[in-house]
Amino acid sequence: MAMANVDKGELMDQVKQQIAVANAQELLQQMTQKCFKKCINKPGTSLDSSEQKCISMCMDRFMDSWNLISRTYGQRLQREQSKF
Amino acid sequence: MSEFENLAGSDKELQEFLMIEKQKAQVNAQIHEFNEICWEKCIGKPSNKLDSATETCLSNCVDRFIDTSLLITQRFAQMLQKHVGE
Repeated sequence: MAMANVDKGELMDQVKQQIAVANAQELLQQMTQKCFKKCINKPGTSLDSSEQKCISMCMDRFMDSWNLISRTYGQRLQREQSKF
Repeated sequence: MSEFENLAGSDKELQEFLMIEKQKAQVNAQIHEFNEICWEKCIGKPSNKLDSATETCLSNCVDRFIDTSLLITQRFAQMLQKHVGE
């Protein structure tokens, strides 16, 4: 296989990096969708300053929410695993 | 990700690495999904911080969603069995 020519460590790094990029893209896409929905009620001719402020708060809260959910899910996974 | 597994060939270390990365990616995808669902349920107007009621809502949302999923899976299996039995 062509694999033999590629350094294994390099391949692993590439895989990790691609997964990280995919993750960031998913986060960005969801964040944009959710914060647009929350902050832009009636699209005007530009993003006014209150909309911009709302968007930056929304982004921070989105990350808070993501982190909290990640912790909660992690705890649940541990609880479920300890049942077996 | 099946092409990943082909990539590993018979290399044990690589197989294991890919399995773990795949699991991590699945957990991550699940977190994205929960966050999408629970954000809609729990978040009002974005403010300076998540208040404790919102935090409680978010973590309850995750646990109840999982409970719902388990319950429906169980019931659905019963429904299928009943149908097969008929």
